[in-house]
Amino acid sequence: MNAFIGPIRRLFGRPTPDPIPAKDAAPPTTVAADQPGVAIEIPESDPLFAFLQSAPGPVDLARLELSSPTLEQLRDAGVALVVPLVTQGELIGTLNLGPRLSEQDYSSDDRRLLGTLAAQAAPAIRVAQLVREQATEAAERERYAQELKIAQLIQQQFLPHELPNLPEWQIAAYYGPARVVGGDFYDFIDLGKGRIAIVVGDVTDKGVPAALVMARTHSILRAEAPRLVAPSAVLARANDLLSAEMPEKMFVTCLYMVLEPATGHVVFANAGHNLPYVRTDDGVIEFRATGMPLGLLPGLTYEEKEAVIGPGDNVLLYSDGIIEAHDPAGDMYGFPRLHDDMASELAGTELLDELLERLHTFTGHGWEQEDDITMVALRRSPGGGMAADPASETPTTERASVGAGPTPAMEVLAEFELPGAYGNERLAVERVAEIVAPLDLPPARFERLKTAVSETAMNAIEYGSQGNPEVPVLIRVDHGPTTLEVRIADAGLGGAVPDPTEAEVPNLDAKLAGLQKARGWGLFLIQQMVDRVEIVRDCEHQTVVLTLDLGGSAE
Amino acid sequence: MTSPLAVQVRQEADGARIVLTGRIDRDGDEAMTGAYTEARTTGSGPITLDFSATDYINSTGIALIVRLLAEARRDGRPVHAHGLTDHYREIFRITRLSDFMTLDDQANVPSTNDGGAQ
Repeated sequence: MNAFIGPIRRLFGRPTPDPIPAKDAAPPTTVAADQPGVAIEIPESDPLFAFLQSAPGPVDLARLELSSPTLEQLRDAGVALVVPLVTQGELIGTLNLGPRLSEQDYSSDDRRLLGTLAAQAAPAIRVAQLVREQATEAAERERYAQELKIAQLIQQQFLPHELPNLPEWQIAAYYGPARVVGGDFYDFIDLGKGRIAIVVGDVTDKGVPAALVMARTHSILRAEAPRLVAPSAVLARANDLLSAEMPEKMFVTCLYMVLEPATGHVVFANAGHNLPYVRTDDGVIEFRATGMPLGLLPGLTYEEKEAVIGPGDNVLLYSDGIIEAHDPAGDMYGFPRLHDDMASELAGTELLDELLERLHTFTGHGWEQEDDITMVALRRSPGGGMAADPASETPTTERASVGAGPTPAMEVLAEFELPGAYGNERLAVERVAEIVAPLDLPPARFERLKTAVSETAMNAIEYGSQGNPEVPVLIRVDHGPTTLEVRIADAGLGGAVPDPTEAEVPNLDAKLAGLQKARGWGLFLIQQMVDRVEIVRDCEHQTVVLTLDLGGSAE
Repeated sequence: MTSPLAVQVRQEADGARIVLTGRIDRDGDEAMTGAYTEARTTGSGPITLDFSATDYINSTGIALIVRLLAEARRDGRPVHAHGLTDHYREIFRITRLSDFMTLDDQANVPSTNDGGAQ
């Protein structure tokens, strides 16, 4: 007599109680009588499943009339008698027997004995099965916890253990890991000759992969910074090295700044990172420089800017974690709040404490931090340092990072980045509305501009960023004597963004008749809402330029 | 910051009023579909879309309105739009939605709290 018990199902038909996926969640599987080790699954949809679950005892397959693919498989495999193993109403497996060696049918005594055996074995097998599942899940949890610990250790290993001690400067840093650590990092690198490099970066992804890429980026920057010094050269070199070895769908954003503490002079370049905020006597501004994140494409170049941090100025470098924190209603903390928070008179550790307190007030109690939060604050003491070059007393606010440069005689009102997350088109509208509010546009034109910005930003997010918050949308607002321009540049990851200049008039009759999809209004609206729409393309971005003629007639 | 779409369907003597509060965009799909399903049970009279408390409509929101309008036309129920701001009245004209639904003149129509069973 051949008898085998197939590998038994686990928690069949119940939800898995732990987020760790069950490795062996499967329908009951049975082992063929003449092919030990060959498993035959009984899908729940197969009529045999229901039949065996309710069968009162051993089932003779030769006499069973059922349209069941599994039944045929069992017969082909030489199974003559199937004894269902049922406990608490659940079929957890079967005991399969081939024909008797005597070639006689199984007797009623045989069947009774097998039925009794199955009734006693099924609960015991189920218990053993549960014990095994628990042990597997515990091991999975342990492995997961261990991975988190490793990621944290890597992360902490590469963060500075002490801050630079610079006379006349107040420097503070904060790194708060999320439960599943991200890839944030910051660093201070002594470049000699009194200069210091300040770096803040963020690796996409989380856990060990992000920590390893962070460690590699850290090492490259440490190695290349003293040799190359110039921020644009350091980022270009780091990008080339990382592009060759970056895992798929990962990249690194990074702000790299070289500071001469004696004069406050800084040179900086940016690989797709959040723009630093600088509080000056004239208000809070941004240090603007653009460039693609590291590791996406080799051969990229990075814009380099210079500025002077004046006495009393306060600079904040930060990662996405603070911007993208959400309150219980799902609203994002966002750039405008952090911008406003930077108006604080506090500096150094006190400033960072204040910013964190405001963030926690926003997110509420019980908030589980979604991403790493990193902040570096530096302030030049009000009376400190040597006199700076009068020609560059205040930080530069140069333009030309969103698409082509502005039309001559245009003034850049503002330039900013938004994370490319779905829904952030509303944030784009809010920011642009704030920026153009002082121009007192006629209400109708103001509303039209808002709609055009919303639709254009939504396209950039959907196609250019593909909803990835790490891939920013760049927006610049230019103002001239006769026109207002809003430039919205996608980060170019998702291929071509739909071109509003090629918009067709939607066919509402066809849509109402069900002959066309109801969607397809965005490009048409963009075209209708402003006086001109142009597309500017370069190797990195597609920029949509929305132009309103000031004093235009279309009210 | 605007809030996601919330809808309320009120039976009126001669049809239904769907009060749309918040923003009409891709997040409002389920609410709009549910609203029309409920309004469908109110008889065969006109359906009034009340935009008085709507603060944002984007192109995906327009698509939801088009879909609702298409269903109402199949059911033979006229659709009115009430409470649109000047800007969205213009958008309804540009998109030709106003060819298929009447845009109530706010000065001459009852407010959302007037008339109709609650």
